[in-house]
Amino acid sequence: MPRYETVIGLEVHVELKTRTKIFCDSTTEFGGEPNTHVCPICLGLPGTLPVINKKVVEYAIRAALALNCNIAEFTKFDRKNYFYPDMPKNYQISQHDLPIATHGYLEIDTQKGPKKIGISRLHMEEDSGKLVHQGTITTTPFSLVDYNRAGVPLIEIVSAPDLSSPEEACQYVEKLRTIILYTGVSDCKMEEGSLRCDANISVRPVGTGRLGTNTEIKNLNSLKALRRSLHFETERQIEVLRAGGRIVQETRTWDEGKGETLPLRSKEQAHDYRCLPEPDLVPLLIDRQWVEDIRGSLPELPEQRRQRYIKDYSLPEYDAAILTNTKELADYFERCVRAYSHPKAVGNWILGEFNRLLNLHGIEIAACKVTPQNLVSLLRLIDQGTISGKIAKVVFAEMFTSGQAAEAIVKKKGLVQISDRHAMVPVVEKVLAGNPGAVADYKAGKGRALGFLVGQVMKATQGQANPELVNKLLKERL
Amino acid sequence: MQLFLLTAHEIHELLIKKEISAEELNKAIYARIEAVDDRIQAYITRTAGKALDQARAVDKQISNGEKVTPLAGIPIAIKDNICTDGIKTTAGSKILSNYTPPYSATVVKKLEAAGATIAGKVNLDEFAMGSSNENSAFFATRNPWDTSRVPGGSSGGSAAAVAAGAAVCSLGSDTGGSIRQPASFCGVVGMKPTYGAVSRYGLIAYASSLDQIGPFARDVTDCALMLNAICGHDPLDSTSAKQRAMDYTSFLKDDVRGLKLGVPEEYMVEGIDPDVRDLVIKAMEKLESLGAVVEYTTLPHTDYALPTYYLIAQAEASSNLARYDGVRYGVRTEGTGDVMDMFMKTRSEGFGAEVKRRILLGTYALAAANYDHYYLKALKVRTLIKEDFVQAFKRYDLLLSPVSPTTAFPIGEKMDDPLQMYLSDICTISVNLAGMPGLSIPCGFVGGLPVGLQLIGRPFDEGTLLRTAYTFEQNTDYHKQYPDL
Repeated sequence: MPRYETVIGLEVHVELKTRTKIFCDSTTEFGGEPNTHVCPICLGLPGTLPVINKKVVEYAIRAALALNCNIAEFTKFDRKNYFYPDMPKNYQISQHDLPIATHGYLEIDTQKGPKKIGISRLHMEEDSGKLVHQGTITTTPFSLVDYNRAGVPLIEIVSAPDLSSPEEACQYVEKLRTIILYTGVSDCKMEEGSLRCDANISVRPVGTGRLGTNTEIKNLNSLKALRRSLHFETERQIEVLRAGGRIVQETRTWDEGKGETLPLRSKEQAHDYRCLPEPDLVPLLIDRQWVEDIRGSLPELPEQRRQRYIKDYSLPEYDAAILTNTKELADYFERCVRAYSHPKAVGNWILGEFNRLLNLHGIEIAACKVTPQNLVSLLRLIDQGTISGKIAKVVFAEMFTSGQAAEAIVKKKGLVQISDRHAMVPVVEKVLAGNPGAVADYKAGKGRALGFLVGQVMKATQGQANPELVNKLLKERL
Repeated sequence: MQLFLLTAHEIHELLIKKEISAEELNKAIYARIEAVDDRIQAYITRTAGKALDQARAVDKQISNGEKVTPLAGIPIAIKDNICTDGIKTTAGSKILSNYTPPYSATVVKKLEAAGATIAGKVNLDEFAMGSSNENSAFFATRNPWDTSRVPGGSSGGSAAAVAAGAAVCSLGSDTGGSIRQPASFCGVVGMKPTYGAVSRYGLIAYASSLDQIGPFARDVTDCALMLNAICGHDPLDSTSAKQRAMDYTSFLKDDVRGLKLGVPEEYMVEGIDPDVRDLVIKAMEKLESLGAVVEYTTLPHTDYALPTYYLIAQAEASSNLARYDGVRYGVRTEGTGDVMDMFMKTRSEGFGAEVKRRILLGTYALAAANYDHYYLKALKVRTLIKEDFVQAFKRYDLLLSPVSPTTAFPIGEKMDDPLQMYLSDICTISVNLAGMPGLSIPCGFVGGLPVGLQLIGRPFDEGTLLRTAYTFEQNTDYHKQYPDL
């Protein structure tokens, strides 16, 4: 029986966070009472005309440059015609044959090393409104339409069929999301729909050059749905082929509850979009200087940043990857490193306690009360021997909730490390006297017993003893 | 003195000399509408009340000694496919018969800013699709010169209202001749400006790459005054040109000496009524006698203009008219099943036969399997047609031709033969495909029915059109003749 390999291509829609919509000056704000973020233009009232929002073009170029795309010199809009009540004009203004950007790529990490995933094209288009049903679409007695979202700018990013597994597909989306977040053109929130994903998938016997017949999967609202649906669809297609069947080219929808993909429409039922050049908009000639200006304004991208962390800060690959995963985290890290030149220690703290508490409390970095300056002060207290690393965690937790400076907390709670030999000697002697068994073990060559004794001393001092000093004093007496 | 027969510039003189008031003027026009519109049927919606308020405001300005524009207080009729805030705008269609826009078209705002009053909304072929006004969903407007005949179309109401004295000037729209042909049939001046000279914002689209708003007037001077008010770049219309503001009345000179005028022979042969052709030849001779050089020339791709126009216009129309589905506004057929059923029944009942014919044609031309053969090919031929004009304008300042092959035809004559109806646009459609400005000016009568002479100019050279038309007008008296109503 032949072994099969999977071929996946993704179409990702990203909402751009411009202040106003793509063709009018209605707000793009999420939410709001139904049909309050609208005007005659985004409602498509008779006689109205679209005018391109320059910021949308700028953001599209920004994202495209970050994805290593070529920016077209000449680009135009087209109408995609089909009837659906969430579309005010019954056509969508999109880009058909001359998109703003093509020929890009991004890199994902696979077990065999980094892999380039091609980006065939990136284009601009308008979003549609939303239908509101009572219950489900099939049983609702009537449906209402909310056009608040109609005309919100989108970019559609189409990958080449370069992804070979559901895991690679998820990695691609995560990487794409990270890069777009770095450029600042979108929030990329899958749960709010500002990043949406459709997948094209086919399988073929390993070693075959030609692509198999593909299906398209829609309604993928999370990475989990993406991964699960692709696994399901891979298995389904292989089963069909192994049973001697043929794959039907069709659009399928992911049913999260059932955990399977279901047929939505066949190729014959597919829309003929009857595309035509949008006569209400003039083609855009993209000024090269403008493109270079936008390129110049791009922040350092995650890939470059990661390499720099490995090279300049000698961070392990893993630490560098996580620290650069979001721009906010990396910026925070760099502000700390600027004030304190032990990147590894900073990295450990950020990836450890800092991230743990952020996740625990569900807090964004921007809302975190611990300033980089405060974190650095805490690290300095450890270096100076004022507090132990263990006490530092207690102090940090307090900093995290109250926003107070480390010094103030240490002082207020009396957490200063005991480094005074004279104060420590009686405590050490008391512990030795109270644990003859452990002393005997140590003398019998069981090194582990020393750790136990150190722990006992720390316990007796509520963790305030300087661990180095404790070690030293114990060894002197054993 | 019959106020309703005066031109805007004549009325303006009387207003500023305080011999009449704008209120009197508007009442006189309204009385005229009352007197003749039962027979002409130009108006779909009359807005006398609002117009009188606007007129009184102008009178106040004049009595305060403020300077007013030449259109201040002048009653203007607006084609009913141009949106007017708070005033019903139907596009001549059942599907929009209950539609009142919440905003005004840029041209309407500009006219109101100039102090003009809105006399009302006038009839048209449904969605501007037609050449006779018989495709209106409401009623057929009559030709003031012979009420058994059509006024032309699609801006038939706009032309008939001005010819009948039921408005001083009016606005129409021209996609393939829809201003020039009714101007010719009704014996008034009508102009389609260069594509992009006037904002389309608020014009209910038929074919976006061809549509252009333009004025109807009783003489060339009024036409220039209307252009002064409505031309100019509009940030709300990406296809409107960024041109310098200019005073079009500065071109009104009685002098055509040295101008080179070409007459495309393709427009003078096949299907042209010999009497119409004779009047055009007489007009050529007249202009020659006034010092212009007139020669025959050629626009070799003219034969392809009609199919090219019908593919491009209908493709765009099929998309532009998709939004009329009963969901957000307009008439919805009730008691239907699912949403697609509602769409189909609403559109089947809401659109008239000609509109449906054109939507089907356009949908067919754009279908993936046909696109290359029809729509794409039409776009290529359009470039060739445009190139014909570019070549001709290397040698000539202006082109002259008939507007329509015939005079106004009897109501009902061509309704059963759409192709015959389409053929009557032969002299006007290329001008839209090429985006050039075109003007119709009265050049005589055949059997008591007016005939128009078409002037076609270089892009944004409305000035030379106005200068030539003005010279012709100053040396003829066709524009001083009125229908007997």
